[in-house]
Amino acid sequence: MIAVLLIVIPLVTGIAAFFIQNEKTVRAWSLFASLAVLAASLFGLFLSGNNQWLEYNHEWLQVMGSSFALKLDAMGQILCLLNALAYVLIFIATWNRSYEKANRFFGLMLLTQAGMMGVFLAMDAMLFYFFWELALIPIYFICSRWGGERRIAATFKFFIYTFVGSLLMLIGIIYLQSKTPDHSFSISSFYHLNQTLSGKEQSFLFWLFFIAFAVKMPIFPFHTWQPETYQQSTPAGTMVLSAIMVKMGVLGVIRWLMPVLSIGAETWSYTVIPLALIGIIYASLIAYRSDDIKKLIAYSSIAHIGLMFVAVFAVNQIAMQGVIIQMFNHGINVLGLWIVVELIERKTGISKISELGGLAQKAPSMTIFFVIIALASVALPLTNGFVGEFLMLTGIMRIHSQYYLWFTAFAGAGIILGAIYTLRMITKIFYGEVKEAVTNITDIRWNEKLVLGVIVVLIFWWGIYPQSILNFTSEFSKEIVDKINILQFLPSKTGL
Amino acid sequence: MPINYYIFLSVALFAIGVVGVLTRRNAIIVFMCIELMLNAVNLLLVAFSKMHHLKAAALNTATNAGSDGQLFVFFIMVVAAAEVSVGLAIIVMMYRNIHSVDINFLNRLKH
Amino acid sequence: MQNALHIAYLIPLLPLIGFLITGLGRNYLSKSTTGIIGSATVLASFALSVWVFMQVKGGNTFTADYFNFISVGNVTIPFAFKIDQLSSLFLLVVTGVSFIIHVYSTAYMHEENQAQFGRYFSFLNLFVFFMLILVLGANYIIMFIGWEGVGLCSYLLIGYWFKNKQYNKAADKAFIMNRIGDFAFLIALFWLISKINTVGYDETFAAAAAGKLSATDITVITLLLFIGATGKSAQIPLYTWLPDAMAGPTPVSALIHAATMVTAGIYMIARSNVLYSLSEISMNVVAITGLVTAILAATIALKQNDIKKVLAYSTVSQLGYMFLALGVGAYSAGVFHVMTHAFFKALLFLAAGSVIHAMSGEQDIRKMGGLSKKIKITYITFLIGTLAISGIPPLSGFFSKDEILLATFIKSPILYGVALFGALLTAFYMFRLLFITFFGSFRGTEEQQHHIHESPAAMTFPLIALAILSVVGGLVGIPEAISEGGNKIGAFLSPVITSEHPHHVASSTEFTLMTISTVLVIGAILLAWFMFKNYKAKEAVGLGKVLENKWYVDELYNTVFVKPTKALGVFLKNVVEKSGIDGVVNGVGRLVQYGGRQMRLLQGGQVGSYILLMVLSMVIIFVIQFFLRK
Repeated sequence: MIAVLLIVIPLVTGIAAFFIQNEKTVRAWSLFASLAVLAASLFGLFLSGNNQWLEYNHEWLQVMGSSFALKLDAMGQILCLLNALAYVLIFIATWNRSYEKANRFFGLMLLTQAGMMGVFLAMDAMLFYFFWELALIPIYFICSRWGGERRIAATFKFFIYTFVGSLLMLIGIIYLQSKTPDHSFSISSFYHLNQTLSGKEQSFLFWLFFIAFAVKMPIFPFHTWQPETYQQSTPAGTMVLSAIMVKMGVLGVIRWLMPVLSIGAETWSYTVIPLALIGIIYASLIAYRSDDIKKLIAYSSIAHIGLMFVAVFAVNQIAMQGVIIQMFNHGINVLGLWIVVELIERKTGISKISELGGLAQKAPSMTIFFVIIALASVALPLTNGFVGEFLMLTGIMRIHSQYYLWFTAFAGAGIILGAIYTLRMITKIFYGEVKEAVTNITDIRWNEKLVLGVIVVLIFWWGIYPQSILNFTSEFSKEIVDKINILQFLPSKTGL
Repeated sequence: MPINYYIFLSVALFAIGVVGVLTRRNAIIVFMCIELMLNAVNLLLVAFSKMHHLKAAALNTATNAGSDGQLFVFFIMVVAAAEVSVGLAIIVMMYRNIHSVDINFLNRLKH
Repeated sequence: MQNALHIAYLIPLLPLIGFLITGLGRNYLSKSTTGIIGSATVLASFALSVWVFMQVKGGNTFTADYFNFISVGNVTIPFAFKIDQLSSLFLLVVTGVSFIIHVYSTAYMHEENQAQFGRYFSFLNLFVFFMLILVLGANYIIMFIGWEGVGLCSYLLIGYWFKNKQYNKAADKAFIMNRIGDFAFLIALFWLISKINTVGYDETFAAAAAGKLSATDITVITLLLFIGATGKSAQIPLYTWLPDAMAGPTPVSALIHAATMVTAGIYMIARSNVLYSLSEISMNVVAITGLVTAILAATIALKQNDIKKVLAYSTVSQLGYMFLALGVGAYSAGVFHVMTHAFFKALLFLAAGSVIHAMSGEQDIRKMGGLSKKIKITYITFLIGTLAISGIPPLSGFFSKDEILLATFIKSPILYGVALFGALLTAFYMFRLLFITFFGSFRGTEEQQHHIHESPAAMTFPLIALAILSVVGGLVGIPEAISEGGNKIGAFLSPVITSEHPHHVASSTEFTLMTISTVLVIGAILLAWFMFKNYKAKEAVGLGKVLENKWYVDELYNTVFVKPTKALGVFLKNVVEKSGIDGVVNGVGRLVQYGGRQMRLLQGGQVGSYILLMVLSMVIIFVIQFFLRK
């Protein structure tokens, strides 16, 4: 039931939002809606283990072999919580921003949330695809209707990229369905395919799914839509994209790609792992030379996601735990960074690092929050980022390949580069003498303090006592790794 | 009568229709040429139908083989009639609007 | 019954509370309240540390397990503290020196406004917190938490005056160089976990002793850990951040960049002595790196003109000695030198701070001179510190340095010779600094001269306290040759440092070595006296210029690492990303557009042409159908 609520609440409130003409009302309405979703999600956490509340099955498109199957498993719980929490924080943080045609904006935002919830919950491939598209379309309109000057071109690129990926995935899904003995889209039938599909089929199908997920995450070289879209779309849209939507790709890989096509994944692992590793270094180096804060964060996000992707391919429980916890951590950390960037841009109209400077004197509270969040994103111990990256790298070190040391070294080099570009950003924006452009800036207000405060509390909570979340996901991660590992993933390839 | 004569006549009629459609600019003449092509086809259908029936009847007295060709002809004639009425209506409208039935003036569709 | 030492968590917790109060209340608390809270929390930690030390001395060592930090699959990392001889000794040094420096800071930072003052003290308290975590941790992960945490505080405090771009750069440099070392440290931890599923000290050492780790594993792990130590403890190749770190306030330099944080590397290796002793290669690498760093830094210190820079290079050099001690297997001598060095180097920095205070912020010794009469207490304490670092008996530096030299001699007389040369350089450059600063005639401006005054009591008392410690601190480690059982510190640490083998040399040899070093050091001091008693600033030439420019190592790093990285970044951003990947993507788009444009031309709107095309296509199809199909 909870699973249905998580989708229905934002869906219904989102549709309702279209009919509210008053901007203030619609803003309050959507905040209320997002709070309701958050409450539902927390209630779901509270009920964890109680399957009759967390699962939902209903007939739907039976002719095609698809059913309306939802389930809140541990990964779903974490991501739904992230989705729900991020929306509340986004709505509060951008409370003071006014939008043209606000009812449409908030309606679309809530519809996106419903779509993403569906992606996180769907246990049926057709349903998964359905929600995948449902999430894409409203966010496309958000990014192309409200945003910077070159938003149309940027979002068009985003749309084409994602859409091509989705269609490939659709082909893959239909092919897989035709191969299931009972012609069903349900995830359990898909999981059985792992042993019956031939290696050739798997290695071909792998790419159909991989491209869809790689575009979404994004993985080098499918990433070029991202920096531009982040830079051009409206801040709320960017936050949704980078904090939540990229996790759809990671979830896809964990739930729909690796356990279903593990032979295919293994066949191509020596292609895609290096791609992700190159992406880490590549994106970090570009971030180091970016002059636009938004692009810098976008590229840093590519590097972080690349690490998660490699960790998924490590296929062991430690790495998997790291990925799951890091999905949440990355979400709230990057959200915090975007909130501050949005503030700076709203107050000064500048997003160029070279034109900013000395904000620490004008806005000390903002500086403190930003520094804490930035340090969490470069994985300083006692922050949440450290736990995730530590677990992932520990897992990568155990990868069953003779190149494990290289994988770890390259993946870990991101830690050094991350520190370099993040410190450069902090130093240039906040330290130094006050630049002329920022003389009028004021410090953050209560609502922004509240949002950033919540993020900082979470950063320390999960940084100091991560065991609370690790216990929660340990069973799930073990199961999924066992599923992937059915055929001994990546046995030592000494022949290579 | 051998089938070849029918075929030659029909091809000639069809070719005349095609050339007419391609070369003439007057919409009504183009229209008539299209009808000509249709009728060429009709002729061929009827001819084949007849031939087919004769051949089948020679082997078996009680047969209606080849009658589907005749049926097709009726269909085509009905459709052609409908087409003529709609087409002529369009041409009339066109004449009212641009005072011409020259099809080269109709290239505005591309915009 | 629970062990009394369970409450050791209070030791780091108190400074953390201090950090929270002073940090959150920086806009509300007056400067004196902030100072008192900041110092009092550290004092309380110090008192607890003394108590802990007494417990440990009484034979009570304990591993306090608080909660599971990370537990995944078969890897469990508890949040646990280990209280034994080594950590309790470091607790004493860290909290003691920290307290003195907190007190000193209340006066030194008095000109800062209220919020900045609060920020300063909160950072300082946070540093103490992390340093204590580092020392107390019972496994490498907890150590790593402190390890990175102190690096963070160092970063924050170096860039404390954040309006200055140069200072910010120094802070960034410190953090990034530390990060490089930390990365190696982390890889070592991953390696450990992948081999034995644990990072606890006891478990690791037991596994190593039981042969669960191969010789290669141990060598690689120890070398990686050592790279981590070179970052934190400023050794070749990652030492260049430490001199730049002098951008921070002087008490910070004294606390973080001389007495405590930079000795973390030595602590780590002393802690892992079991592992290191199993790898001959690592030991040699540590010893040689330490020695080369000691000499290199000493030569640079010869020609520096910034009072703090001289001390900074001196710190690098002394840290090199400590690593030398570790590398030759004299772990307790290394730890002993950490302790005495903490006293006299903190003293020297604080005295330098007092000089800078007196000179209204001037740090260039070429503009000082003849200060000995005007600031007497500072002068005398500085002199004591200088004598101690030079190794004049019976000051503390003499005993610890002597023990390192002796251990080196036993290992290899050649290394001993080089190390002794370094000791002479130390005496020479330290007395050069002393003579130029305090002797001769004043070379600053009128205004500065007028302004020279002795520092307030809150600054001089710490100086006096540290001076006393510098004098007597060595008495816990009197060589066996002088007094049987005099090496108390070695005996105290022996339960932790199990791999150190007692060395036996004839007392006569030991005495000869002591005499040689003392005589040569006095010679070096006299040389310095003749060269610098009446110092006149002049342009350096030849080798002097190379030394003044620090062997151009910064420039080298800049050319070899920083610039290529930047260039690569720009290349990737502008060429690969824009023209390469995006070029392909946009190329596909453009191809479609071009194709569309060309196809559009076919749609001329001429009905005739459509029909013509249709007929032609049909003819072509017929031709294919009838004639070409076989």
